[in-house]
Amino acid sequence: MNSRRLVILAAILFAAILISATRGVADIPLRELFLEANRQILYLRLLRIFLAILVGCGLSVSGVALQAMLKNPLAEPYLIGTSSGAGLGAVIGIMLGVGGACLPASAFAGACASVLLVYAIARQGNKIPVQSLILAGVIVSIALSGITVFAVTMSPDGAMRGLMWWLWGSLEVYDLRLLSIVAILVASGVWTIFVFSQDLNAMSIGEEEAIHLGIKTETVKKILFLVISLVTASLVCVSGVIGFVGLIIPHATRFIVGPNHKVLIPASCILASIFMIVCDLIARTAVPVMEIPIGIITAVIGAPLFIVLLRRKQRVS
Amino acid sequence: MSLLLKADNIEGGYGKDAVIKGLSLSVNRGDFIGIIGPNGSGKSTLLRLITRILTPSKGRVELDGIDVAGMDPKEFCRKAAFVPQDTLINFSFSALEIVLMGRIPHLKRMQPETRRDFALAEESLGLTDSLYLKDRQIDSLSAGERQRVIIAKALAQEPALLFLDEPTSHLDIGHQVMILDLLKKLNKEQGLSIVIVLHDLNLASEYCDSIMLLDDGRVFTEGTAEEVLTYQNIETVYKTVVVVNKNPVSSKPYVILVTGDRTCQRV
Repeated sequence: MNSRRLVILAAILFAAILISATRGVADIPLRELFLEANRQILYLRLLRIFLAILVGCGLSVSGVALQAMLKNPLAEPYLIGTSSGAGLGAVIGIMLGVGGACLPASAFAGACASVLLVYAIARQGNKIPVQSLILAGVIVSIALSGITVFAVTMSPDGAMRGLMWWLWGSLEVYDLRLLSIVAILVASGVWTIFVFSQDLNAMSIGEEEAIHLGIKTETVKKILFLVISLVTASLVCVSGVIGFVGLIIPHATRFIVGPNHKVLIPASCILASIFMIVCDLIARTAVPVMEIPIGIITAVIGAPLFIVLLRRKQRVS
Repeated sequence: MSLLLKADNIEGGYGKDAVIKGLSLSVNRGDFIGIIGPNGSGKSTLLRLITRILTPSKGRVELDGIDVAGMDPKEFCRKAAFVPQDTLINFSFSALEIVLMGRIPHLKRMQPETRRDFALAEESLGLTDSLYLKDRQIDSLSAGERQRVIIAKALAQEPALLFLDEPTSHLDIGHQVMILDLLKKLNKEQGLSIVIVLHDLNLASEYCDSIMLLDDGRVFTEGTAEEVLTYQNIETVYKTVVVVNKNPVSSKPYVILVTGDRTCQRV
């Protein structure tokens, strides 16, 4: 039954790619899509679709892994501090006047610094208790966001627009080389998490239960926290902070295919890709000539979707 | 009787304070051992030290003659399984999926389950009379049903030794007896060795071949139910006045509470 659902999801993804490739500032009919004259537009749109898929897979699979390891369905990949750190890193970068290739680097540095800070607070000896990780993540995020808002209010108006890009995200591809490095990082990260499916299944019933099944939970946690940090921090560099994907897609996918990670992870990739492509299409086309930051779309669509899912789940159980 | 597990003078607990203060335990194949003792005497901590959740600060644990500390975790779990008091699961796995997880110690990381794994999982569910639950979601089951599924998961590990930490304390007497009857059957028919922490002294008396009474992290006394469950032992360790009688059906010792007022009269 699950394999049929995967096929249906894949078909929807294919349709979403086609629709997204044909729609935009200029609509191109499907049969003209591959004409020589439209090659440049098609190339740009396919790049965006590629980034949408990359962001969707990276964030949703990170969310899946984090929710299983923390045994907490409210966990999301930014919980470990990457988004607030990247935001602050970008703000500091803009205020210091760095530009071009240095800006993603300062966002990345901010993300890594805040992740390290979260670990340092959460760590007890050589173990990372999940409860203290959640607390440390929330506290660091709130503190860094506060500093970011302070920096924004102190900065001249012109800098604000640049900051919006980082704080609410965009799928505009601005640096192909950076994108290819991030793509390799994210793809290997998602694959690594998939390899740990069995461990994640056991850990989602409980950490001690997983130890009783022979899982080295502390090792798994360390490896996967590192992977999730790298995936989310590098994604922030190419797309800014895009919320909600890492939280609701894992839930929605569990609702469709169940919680077994061997199916859940591939299915999350497909569903997140569909979600990101559709959100980006709306971001590009909802208001003529202006692009809405995609983080606003994911939040506006994601929040009601989440409530609907939650209510249906309550009714089922 | 061959030796299966030996804990030799172990010490340990949480942080710097030792809860278990020098304790030895031997389990032979086919044993049914009950561990009893007051709250805080270290029953659960003892099981946690033996099953590698905690690391003993002193002493060593051997399973099948191999030091547990240097053992591959999956190898340990192919030989010994653990059933906790209760397992709250936030994610909607089906009962069959939960039991299949018992096969993890036998599988490599990306290795898919074989037909044999599925057969063993269903057989385990059958042993705990819960095959009819296999497609139900684990978070929709009652406490008694869930515990039977969790025991089935432990059995799917094909262990020689099963640890249980108060597996029936959340259950009514009907389910308590049902689960302990099941353990007794597995012990007798399959030769499964069992080490079980029990709160209820009378359940321990009825089912366990030998009983270990803990007090403050040490063995107060051990032996058969008749030897351990005397009113002197219980009054000393639990600081509660009791009368020990005989169960008219099984003629095992039966512990009867003596409530407040009458205690005073007796003293």
